[in-house]
Amino acid sequence: MRTRRLEWVIEHALLACAALSVLTTAGIIAVLAVETAGFLREVPVLEFLTGTEWTPLFANPRFGVLPLVAGTVLVSAIAMIVALPMGLLSAIYLSEYAPDGLRRVVKPVLEVLAGVPTVVYGYFALTSVTPLLQRVFPQMSGFNALSPGIVMGIMILPLVSSLAEDAMRAVPRGLREGAYALGATRMQTALQVVLPAAFSGITAAFILAVSRAVGETMIVAIAAGQQPRLTANPFVPLETMTAYIVQVSLGDTPQGTLEYRTIFAVGMLLFLMTFGLNLVSTWLRDRFREEYS
Amino acid sequence: MNRASRPLSVVAGLAQHRGQPHANVEAPVKIEADRLNFYYGAKRALDGISIRIRAHLVTAFIGPSGCGKSTFLRTLNRMNDIIPATRVEGRVLLDGRPIYAPDVDVVALRRRVGMVFQKSNPFPKSIFENVAYGLRINGLAGSRSELNDRVEESLRQAAIFDEVKDRLHESALALSGGQQQRLCIARALAIRPEVLLMDEPASALDPIATQRIEELIYDLKSSYTIVIVTHNMQQAARVSDFTAFFWLGRLIEYDRTDRIFTAPAEKLTEDYVTGRCG
Repeated sequence: MRTRRLEWVIEHALLACAALSVLTTAGIIAVLAVETAGFLREVPVLEFLTGTEWTPLFANPRFGVLPLVAGTVLVSAIAMIVALPMGLLSAIYLSEYAPDGLRRVVKPVLEVLAGVPTVVYGYFALTSVTPLLQRVFPQMSGFNALSPGIVMGIMILPLVSSLAEDAMRAVPRGLREGAYALGATRMQTALQVVLPAAFSGITAAFILAVSRAVGETMIVAIAAGQQPRLTANPFVPLETMTAYIVQVSLGDTPQGTLEYRTIFAVGMLLFLMTFGLNLVSTWLRDRFREEYS
Repeated sequence: MNRASRPLSVVAGLAQHRGQPHANVEAPVKIEADRLNFYYGAKRALDGISIRIRAHLVTAFIGPSGCGKSTFLRTLNRMNDIIPATRVEGRVLLDGRPIYAPDVDVVALRRRVGMVFQKSNPFPKSIFENVAYGLRINGLAGSRSELNDRVEESLRQAAIFDEVKDRLHESALALSGGQQQRLCIARALAIRPEVLLMDEPASALDPIATQRIEELIYDLKSSYTIVIVTHNMQQAARVSDFTAFFWLGRLIEYDRTDRIFTAPAEKLTEDYVTGRCG
């Protein structure tokens, strides 16, 4: 009897724990939605999504989110230009070339990179990478998109590499043997057989990395400057969606004002973007699993 | 040995051979293994295998699971090279040349010694591209029309062309298991190897698909030297000219197939082919 009661308690305690995290998420989304709705009552959604000026804290405020979106896209794109080729090449090496012993050492070491606090990456970008880049590009400003983009790429490199390697290793050995038996070299097997077979898994890894880059905050808040600017120039200061939220959250904007609500509207947009990316990524990964199970 | 004690179907399978001229024992040697040892790490999987496999005949490797027949087959095109921590001792000769010599180009070797696997493994590409792949990477088709011709020829040789001719550019993964396996045979034939190694090619197929593969083997042997691993003794009896019986990593007996099944020299062979052990 006692054990059965204990079981009941344990079961419901576990349920409560699970429910708590689900409820927290639901609560966050609810707050985001309510505050965003409040924001959109004052600013038309069209102006918010298509306006090209973002000056909510000025005397004559403008609420066009495009400069923030553009900043986010630019930095993320630079990060992916760094992370994708390097991540893919290291995944190919680890999955198809590296001897077992080496892989057992290299993979965890690479994953340690993911454990470095992002604030450290931020200062690394600002104090080491930017000065280095300024020697090559003298016209570059002290705050810019290039340096945090590159550093962010290095930060998400292990994610890309590790997930892409998992996808490639999940390709059945029989496919590789089929290629080898036809006289394919290692390189041909890796690039023409394994890579296409792992394509959906690699795409899933890639999208997850984009989502990570879009949501990354500290590096850009520290090293990209905080000037919303609609530009594709990687040398000038700009602001991303995340950096804007940090800026306003740390400032003295009074609660309940329109300026205060902007961070929820931007947060909502950010959430929808990463949520959408994660959904696509999960869908691709599941499809990939089906192909080879 | 008492004839009546033999499983009937094995004898029935042998009957096929009676109408044909006897397997040509004088056929030239295509592959020769000489005291071959093979190790997975410290474990010895093959123990002193010496055998002469003759050209343009079908040689079957039989034996219980884990006896080393597949491992030995895979040493003949150095497919085991890609498995870490494996080691080979002794020699394998292809047309008298050692294939494990340091200057041997493994890629060129595998072009000459093709392979079909137990589990069909078409690439996740179209039917056409599966067959064209080997031609492309080896630069064997100069023009588009030559490529088309050789793909079609290979599909015909593998007796699958009529079934797939209207959907050459659809995914190979949509084919049935038996069709996939014949596609893999077509893919292997496309680069015109001299030897075709088949590792239990029909073990995952239904009886009708199996029969088609066996007929195919019979048709192919005039052009290729075929070595087939099978755990199905009736199949060995039906398709092969020579049979090698493996047991615990050793080659116990190697002889004409009719002798292996009707008058084996070794007690172990007799026990195995009559189903008393293994």
